[in-house]
Amino acid sequence: MELPPNRPTMEVEQELEGDLGSRRMIINFGPQHPATHGTLRTLIELDGEVVTKMTPEIGYLHSGFEKLAEYRTYNQIVTITDRMNYLSPLCNNVGFSLAVEQMMGITVTPRCAAIRVVLYELSRIADHILSVGLQAMDLGAFSVMLWTFIEREKLYDIFEAVTGARLTTSYTRVGGLLRDVPPDFDEMCRGFMTKCAKTIDEIESVLNTNRIFLDRTQGVGVISKEDAISFGLSGPLLRSCGVKRDLRKDRPYLGYEQYEFDVITAQEGDVWTRYQVRVAEMRQSIRIIDQALKKMPPGPINVEDPRIAIPAKDAYNKPQGGMEGLIYHFKNYMYGHGVRPPKGEIYSSTEAPNGELGWYIVSDGTEKPWRMRVRPPSLYNYQAFPRMCEGRLLSDMVASLSSLNVIAGELDR
Amino acid sequence: MDGSQIVEKLKAALPDAVSAAGSHAGQVWVETDRGRILDILRFLRDDPELAFDSLTDLTAVDWLDQGRPERFCVVYNLFSFRNNAYFRVKAWVPEEDPVVESASGLWKAAPWAEREVYDMYGIEFDGHPDLKRLMLPEYYTGHPLRKDYPLQGAGERDNFPKYNRETGA
Repeated sequence: MELPPNRPTMEVEQELEGDLGSRRMIINFGPQHPATHGTLRTLIELDGEVVTKMTPEIGYLHSGFEKLAEYRTYNQIVTITDRMNYLSPLCNNVGFSLAVEQMMGITVTPRCAAIRVVLYELSRIADHILSVGLQAMDLGAFSVMLWTFIEREKLYDIFEAVTGARLTTSYTRVGGLLRDVPPDFDEMCRGFMTKCAKTIDEIESVLNTNRIFLDRTQGVGVISKEDAISFGLSGPLLRSCGVKRDLRKDRPYLGYEQYEFDVITAQEGDVWTRYQVRVAEMRQSIRIIDQALKKMPPGPINVEDPRIAIPAKDAYNKPQGGMEGLIYHFKNYMYGHGVRPPKGEIYSSTEAPNGELGWYIVSDGTEKPWRMRVRPPSLYNYQAFPRMCEGRLLSDMVASLSSLNVIAGELDR
Repeated sequence: MDGSQIVEKLKAALPDAVSAAGSHAGQVWVETDRGRILDILRFLRDDPELAFDSLTDLTAVDWLDQGRPERFCVVYNLFSFRNNAYFRVKAWVPEEDPVVESASGLWKAAPWAEREVYDMYGIEFDGHPDLKRLMLPEYYTGHPLRKDYPLQGAGERDNFPKYNRETGA
């Protein structure tokens, strides 16, 4: 491998020397900078304090997840999906399992769907509340960030009780879940929701009337409706531009059509409306969780097909299920057996906290996918970043970046 | 408007461009020759009834030794806000001359997605404003998502280039 003759930074230095005396300046923002919240690098051309050109460079956290997935069985890939959006790993778990289930034509049991919805919305709160907190921190409101971290900590306690892990949850399986929720799940969620609703009110009471916060967010990082659609934006970014699109309402999955909630939209498409949409969506998530917990149906969590989900262990002792249950238990974990979707392909998407999280899976009929492509919302959202910042002040750039909520693990995969 | 109607409409408007159509799990797609891909995409975007105004995703699949028409397949997933419908278009790209026309002029979402495909598969996009690697460093030589590229890498990890602190080279 040959090295390039010059590193980009050296090119920049040379350009600077040739341009000495002019007002044009190039600065290197990131990859290690507290305001990038991850490893993002941006070359910024400045004219005085105005950004004239921005060149984002990504790939610092590239881990080859898509390549790795081609060498793993479908239930093993769930562990890879945890590492993509590490603020809401459960959303990735659920999204991936749904895609495989859709390809195989499986419908999960009502209890499984309800548990997935509760955990999905809890993850949405975890993602949004941290995003709001970091947005406030970047603009100087440090205590808001600490409050949001306390809430996230409580959420992680719930995730730990349910899945056994705080971050790398790996909770879903094709056709079901790892295990049922603990008996005090309902209490835990309700306790969290009561306190979280208070924290959201508190955050709003601090930020919504704060002159500094308003001045630094209103009219900053604006993107038009037409641009947003053309850039493929999704999630709170798209909804804050006045496009009423929410996959939970438009193309319901997991029985979202039976829950009452509003799709929050705003018109301006600036940092301020993104903050407002996120805060309002957390309240809607609490509404959904409340309904889902109220009508949480009893019953099994896995589908009954023993080729997809292993039969319960007590089935061994029953006269009708003993030997066969043991055989399926083996077969599910043997190479070349287990979950094998039919030949074909699927594009399945869910409304993740950041936007549309899509899975394009091509199956060749074996236990491993031929190709697994993740459509990360962060990639398409971040591509519109220069459009939001060019022609504006450098300090507005930080406000815009934190409002995008770009997750580097998902961006670079 | 469901998928089969979209295919019918497309076949009526551009009869020689659609080479094949298929479906799986209720999702419909059309296949085309790479020379006609922009015609199809432009029609899908500009037709007032279809109005596929958003490029949801652009990716590629490597069909090495699978008996497909060509080795590479570039996949476009489109979304129409008007109809609340997805649609998929696939263009076959030969191994010996992996070039497709860029969709950057149609959707602003395309440039980075095409850079990623170029990075991972080595498929070039004609007319792209800034075609270079997206994830991997510029001096990287392989295309990792190709099926003949090993999972452990082609030795890049062992002889990773280093800059000398003293000489700066």
